[in-house]
Amino acid sequence: MEILFFYLVAFVTLVSGLLVIRCQSPVNSALALVNTFFCLAVFYVMLHAPFMAAIQIMVYAGAIMVLILFVIMLLNLGTESRQRYTRGVVWSSIASLLMLIVATVTIKTGQVTGAEGEITAHTVKSVGHTELIGRTMFTEFLLPFEIASILLLVAIVGAVVLAKKEV
Amino acid sequence: MTPEMLSLSNSPGLFVGLMLLKLIVVFSVVMLMVAYATWCERKIIGHMQTRLGPMRTGWHGLLQPIADGIKLFFKEDIIPSQASVVPFLLAPMMILVPAIITVAVIPFGPDVTVSGLIVPLQITDLNVGVLYILAFAGLGVYGIVLAGWSSNSKYSLLGGVRASAQMISYELAAGLTIVSVFMLSETLSLREIVALQSEPLWGTFSFLPNWYVFTQPLAFFLFVITGLAEINRTPFDMPEAESELVSGFCTEYSSMKYALFFLAEYANMIVVSAIAATLFLGGWYGPLPSSLGVINLLGKIVAFMFFFIWLRATLPRVRYDQLMRMGWKVLLPLALANVVVTGFVVVLLQ
Repeated sequence: MEILFFYLVAFVTLVSGLLVIRCQSPVNSALALVNTFFCLAVFYVMLHAPFMAAIQIMVYAGAIMVLILFVIMLLNLGTESRQRYTRGVVWSSIASLLMLIVATVTIKTGQVTGAEGEITAHTVKSVGHTELIGRTMFTEFLLPFEIASILLLVAIVGAVVLAKKEV
Repeated sequence: MTPEMLSLSNSPGLFVGLMLLKLIVVFSVVMLMVAYATWCERKIIGHMQTRLGPMRTGWHGLLQPIADGIKLFFKEDIIPSQASVVPFLLAPMMILVPAIITVAVIPFGPDVTVSGLIVPLQITDLNVGVLYILAFAGLGVYGIVLAGWSSNSKYSLLGGVRASAQMISYELAAGLTIVSVFMLSETLSLREIVALQSEPLWGTFSFLPNWYVFTQPLAFFLFVITGLAEINRTPFDMPEAESELVSGFCTEYSSMKYALFFLAEYANMIVVSAIAATLFLGGWYGPLPSSLGVINLLGKIVAFMFFFIWLRATLPRVRYDQLMRMGWKVLLPLALANVVVTGFVVVLLQ
């Protein structure tokens, strides 16, 4: 039952991913990308990571894509004229083929699943996914977390300086 | 032996049956409330302006929502020739669906026991319920933005641009007020948040329930304001602003598509009222006994709706720059300060 649902969602994800690059109008592409993010959130739910799913929708679909759409609307981009990029297509297909090989080899040989760690499916169920993320983020990974927040602060200050001529 | 929670594993037939029943009942109640919220709004505003409001269709105009529905259903469905068709068709759905989906996590009564199994009176109890609400509130903006852009009209575009700027600004403050609630509750599940609010308040105030409106009055106040801004109700109805933008983002819409925008506005009002009632006013708990939980919750929702309609009759629309200044320079710092103070208090009390 669950595997059928997985195939359904995977199919929708792939189709909307394809639409992102195939749509003529940038707004339609952005919409397809929102749909892709939504499908990714469904995958997180199926992996028993509801917190990640909610954050995926909130941050990517709810905030970042709205801003991108906002910019597209303000720039009023028309439909892009179709040009032939023959050489680009050849090189990008070679690159994606190589990527496919790398991914397949990694999944087949590497220890992607079943690796034993401190946090098992049982602890996730008993303690709670959100609590575990919060605890590790504010103890073990406190320094990277703070560095990321300073990085964001720098970006905000930069945006204010760029937008306002006289601060 | 304590009874088990009803789930798909211990009684699949009953689980699916009850789930369908809950879905249908909740959906019909929300839709009925939406229909009669329009009637209430016209009547209340009418009386506040010493008019009568609709009087002709049925007793005191009670059949007016049905007549309006039929009228909209039979109107011509116009798609502007220069519109982008796909987003134009999707927009009304994308605004209504997130509004209605959010109702799924609102608990509307205490647990009941059906054939020895506990059934929670809630469509689904997510352990990230609060985040789910925030996530879908963020998706609501797409409908308005796309409607504004795809109509290919200046008024619509201006409405859409205003909507996206407004909703992004107010979402932050709304999210932060909710953060201060779950700093106290230490859970993201709405069912547990309501359960925590059914305990008595401390000390001399123990005759009162531990509703978060008493411990977080500022958060409640901010949540109601930002909630109004999120759903574009007066005094924050900049995206629609009929006196300057004709009808804002839905200028080019007609027939059932227009009706969907209308439905979504009232559905959003109901959702914000239900969330405010659940997070701050104890949800289905109190003042009536818990066996009347549904009536408690509905009463609180109706009270909020009345307040929102009253505001519409009272307040003029704020100007766009005032709206932005208030969002970023007043509400957001207040919400942040509230989170910091709550953090200190929580640490000191531990």
